[in-house]
Amino acid sequence: MSHEHVSNTKRIWFVFGLLSAVTIVEVILGIYKPASLEFNHFIGLNLLNWIFYILTIFKAYYIVWAFMHMEGEKSSLRWSVVSSVVFLVLYLLFILLTEGHYIYGVFKNSIIKWNF
Amino acid sequence: MEATVSTANNNEKTWGGGDDIQPLGASYGKMMMWFFIVSDALTFSGFLAAYGFSRFKFIETWPLADEVFTHFPFMHGVSAPMYYVALMTFILIFSSVTMVLAVDAGHQLKKTKVAVYMFLTIIGGLIFVGSQAWEWKNFIKGEYGAIETAGGSLLQFVDKEGKRVALADFAVKLPEQREALTRSHSSWFMEDAETQPTFTVAEVQAGFEAHPELLIRTEQLTDKKKKTVLSRTESESRLSSAKYVVEGANLTRNEYGSKLFADFFFFITGFHGFHVFSGVIINIIIFFNVLLGTYEKRRSYEMVEKVGLYWHFVDLVWVFVFTVFYLV
Repeated sequence: MSHEHVSNTKRIWFVFGLLSAVTIVEVILGIYKPASLEFNHFIGLNLLNWIFYILTIFKAYYIVWAFMHMEGEKSSLRWSVVSSVVFLVLYLLFILLTEGHYIYGVFKNSIIKWNF
Repeated sequence: MEATVSTANNNEKTWGGGDDIQPLGASYGKMMMWFFIVSDALTFSGFLAAYGFSRFKFIETWPLADEVFTHFPFMHGVSAPMYYVALMTFILIFSSVTMVLAVDAGHQLKKTKVAVYMFLTIIGGLIFVGSQAWEWKNFIKGEYGAIETAGGSLLQFVDKEGKRVALADFAVKLPEQREALTRSHSSWFMEDAETQPTFTVAEVQAGFEAHPELLIRTEQLTDKKKKTVLSRTESESRLSSAKYVVEGANLTRNEYGSKLFADFFFFITGFHGFHVFSGVIINIIIFFNVLLGTYEKRRSYEMVEKVGLYWHFVDLVWVFVFTVFYLV
């Protein structure tokens, strides 16, 4: 907790540099899309998208920890916020993406052609 | 972090129980902001997961973001995917930095510094909302136009090299014109639901006939993640089942591909833009409170910290929207 009220502008600028650098890497990869990354898959997702998602989580971690000052909060607050969101989001993604994939199969393999 | 301090000399804690035993070590106001952020994060996750659901359903026909978002200010006709949205991302990250600097200055009770940084944050937020409006304008206006068939699939036009061709470049003007049916020309119950596109289906078909070098591109993605281009004879047979001319995007249909794509784009970026707009309004209110010295009198700038939490959350959401809509 920030009882001591020290200025940590240095850390703020460091995090800003980090977030900018990650965004630049994302944009360069998004423009060039190296074929070696785009057409190689790992657990159903191509490597390029893996990189994008990992970098996104990395940025999210720094925004929450440094900018929202989660690192200064008690661990009980940290866990209550982070674990509930992470668990529910993973659960939701699992259900919806599995079902979406199933419906894709229905459109592809059966005689149904219904655009909704 | 101090507990909520409501008046200058009042040491009584609103949260009750004294300074050392606050639940989770957070003041009441901050805790409630975290509650709100958790619930709002789940709302956005729901939207993005729904987008993923629809995209998985139509994984072989989903539009390519690189071909949709290609505009950059003052660079008309140049295809510049990613650059504009990258710029918007930087603007938002930078306004997050000025916000956290305002919070930092608040800890040291430096009123002028807080005010300056808050002001910069507000400016950043306004630029971001304005950029999003420009992005929407281009998205709604469209660039090439397309044809929707009776079966609901979308056909786009390309030349021999696979470069996109706009409807205006080849469609002919036929003498037969149909005006949009408006109320002033009809009874009260007769009205066209939509405005008329620039060309009719017959004009596009006749223009296609007259330009043998043109081909049709379907929504279907190939192994190389490109759209399928049909042969000339296949193109002609597909075009004979044309039903609508589609120009730009609305909630019913869009020239980019899957109907759901535009719906999700409008809904998710719109909802996020609305959050940014609300954030700007809240920031302005707090900014004036800072100028009036409200927090100076309280000897606590915790309110700036709370609005800062909200502002960073908006930035956090954009990080995910950026990845999901523009990169993946």
